[in-house]
Amino acid sequence: MTAVETISPTSSGAGILGGVSEWLMTTSHRRIGRLLVALSVFWMLIVVLVGTLLSVERISSTSDLVDPTSTTQLFSFFRVGLIFGVMAPMTLGLALAIVPMQIGSQVLAFARAALFGVYLWIFGMVIVGVAYIGNGGPGGGDPQMVDLFLVGMALVIAGLIVVSASIATTVLTSRRAGMTLIDAPIFVWSSLITSISLILTLPVMAGALIYVAVDHSYTRATFGATDGVNAWIGWALTSPQIFLLAISTLGVLAQIVGTMTRGKQPLRGGLFVGIGLMSVALVGTVTQSFYALQLDGELSDIAKSLVPFLFYNALPILGVLIVLGLCLLAMKNEKAKPSAAFVPAFFGVAMVLTGMLGNALLRINNLKLSNTVFEEAVLVYVGYGVILSSLGAIAYFGPRIWGRKMPTMPVIGLGLLGTLGIVLAALPYYIAGFTDQPASRTTGSLGDNSQIWNSVAALGQAIFLLVIVAFVGLVVKSSRDGEIANDEIFETAQANV
Amino acid sequence: MSTTATALNSGPKTAMRRQALVLTGLFSAASAMLMGSMLAIWLQFRANAPLRESSDGSKMLRDWLPENIKIPEVATNTMMMTIVVTCIMAQWAIYSSRRSDSNHTSLALGVVLLTAIAMINAQIAVYMQMNIGVRDSSYTMMFYSITATMTALMVIGLGFTLLVMFRSFASRVSDHDLILAHAVYWYSLTVIFAAMWLVVYVQK
Repeated sequence: MTAVETISPTSSGAGILGGVSEWLMTTSHRRIGRLLVALSVFWMLIVVLVGTLLSVERISSTSDLVDPTSTTQLFSFFRVGLIFGVMAPMTLGLALAIVPMQIGSQVLAFARAALFGVYLWIFGMVIVGVAYIGNGGPGGGDPQMVDLFLVGMALVIAGLIVVSASIATTVLTSRRAGMTLIDAPIFVWSSLITSISLILTLPVMAGALIYVAVDHSYTRATFGATDGVNAWIGWALTSPQIFLLAISTLGVLAQIVGTMTRGKQPLRGGLFVGIGLMSVALVGTVTQSFYALQLDGELSDIAKSLVPFLFYNALPILGVLIVLGLCLLAMKNEKAKPSAAFVPAFFGVAMVLTGMLGNALLRINNLKLSNTVFEEAVLVYVGYGVILSSLGAIAYFGPRIWGRKMPTMPVIGLGLLGTLGIVLAALPYYIAGFTDQPASRTTGSLGDNSQIWNSVAALGQAIFLLVIVAFVGLVVKSSRDGEIANDEIFETAQANV
Repeated sequence: MSTTATALNSGPKTAMRRQALVLTGLFSAASAMLMGSMLAIWLQFRANAPLRESSDGSKMLRDWLPENIKIPEVATNTMMMTIVVTCIMAQWAIYSSRRSDSNHTSLALGVVLLTAIAMINAQIAVYMQMNIGVRDSSYTMMFYSITATMTALMVIGLGFTLLVMFRSFASRVSDHDLILAHAVYWYSLTVIFAAMWLVVYVQK
């Protein structure tokens, strides 16, 4: 083990400029990963704040907290920001920082390309943000800003593909001698699956985006002008695409459990299968289909819709259940040592699973849940579940990067509070969905008890926002003044768990 | 007071195994998905185009390709043959590189470069001969979108060829993996172009 980071209390003047320059031009996988994670946390705060505002606005149909003309754009921003500003970069950022260490590689494959991808993502997200401010998101009122939005999204997609390619290449080519893919730590496997899934699905979105952008710039006739943006790329902003970004939550949980049980994971191959099963969502994504279940009609008609419904909706759920089951089985080991990071990681996966179960209900046509807030609740469960899991990943992997421990009780407390926040933010919308409260609207028919559900949801969003702010503070504090980590945390860091 | 925190070291240096080849494979897959999605949307629009009577009234046609648009088939068929030649030349570069034959490697890569330029030139010629505007119809808008994206992929291939060729000029003929990756990219471009050629230029 080597001292690889020196935390110096003072820096010289030239050192500051040099330090910034080093960060901007770095080829260190740790720094590139941390840059992406830090920026996704920045977007996380903005997105959850917007989610809180929208929930508060929904409490009363006469509320004027948000300009009524902006609500559609804010709902769209919440969705785009959560998926492309938070979930994707957070997942990939963690992989960039951790994966090379776990496979015993000193460097990231094509590190400069990965850094370039991060910059593409940064500029793309800034452009997307500016476009939204100028009323230019999908369905926006300013056509030039909508053009800008499309350009921004193209840059974001390109950046994420480049970063994903760098991660996948690292895993496939730079493992230490003798380490096969099945020997690789489970987080590495989940990162590989996520990266390849993004490499295969994001170009499909890019293809639609090119048509929409050219049409919007020239004719605005073929692809439905500004309203067509959502119609043609909307599939990438909902399930099953969001499930692909949740694959790494399984890797994080299994990794933490593996460390807790010192690598004594029964049926380890099952973890690989479970994570692989979740990637079945990929097929649904690239075909841009939801595969709904229709319970009316003849038995043969029901069976005809049941088979694809089960294949695309139940198999990913089965994958999550397999991983959860195996993790709980491993925990029965008497020598299992508790870890604070387990709490947010476990409940993050539980939230993702709840979202996936909700998605399965959403796809049963007879329940008529489409276009209700139920759909938004699925996104909140999955998206916030990924965030919670990421907090667990930071708590687990963080000390291995900056060499200082994070305090146990605050991490457990924030994990539990975060879970409470997610349940309060999303569960009321599951219920309100059955009372036909419409999605992406703050006015209109909100149902009889909608005020209660919306108040609870707003409280949940506020709690979750608070949890993120508190966790960021905890990370900053512990990385500066935390107890210096002893050798113990490194014991199993590169174990085959 | 100690201010040095220890963190997990990255481990010993590992031998990189065929990084360029793997990255090219992933990029080729992404390119195929990109063009595949564009072709799927193209087919969807074509299938949903309204029906109209043919000019002699003998049959019903899909109102997809405007009557006044003629696709220059000689140029497009030549493009298809040229890209196959490009693959053969890329394979020749691999063959020569494995025998440490710097001259023939460079020559083969040079021919790849020329054929790639010829492809792009032919695409521009197709645009000029067709003389249509992006705004003219849904067809023209989609035609420019899909063919321009394909051309952009070829420009990337051109850049890749230039990179490999300069390395070859510098006598780095031991870059077998890079030359192999270069060929893989052109193979994948050929498959993608063949699909586009069939759907857009042959079936129209």
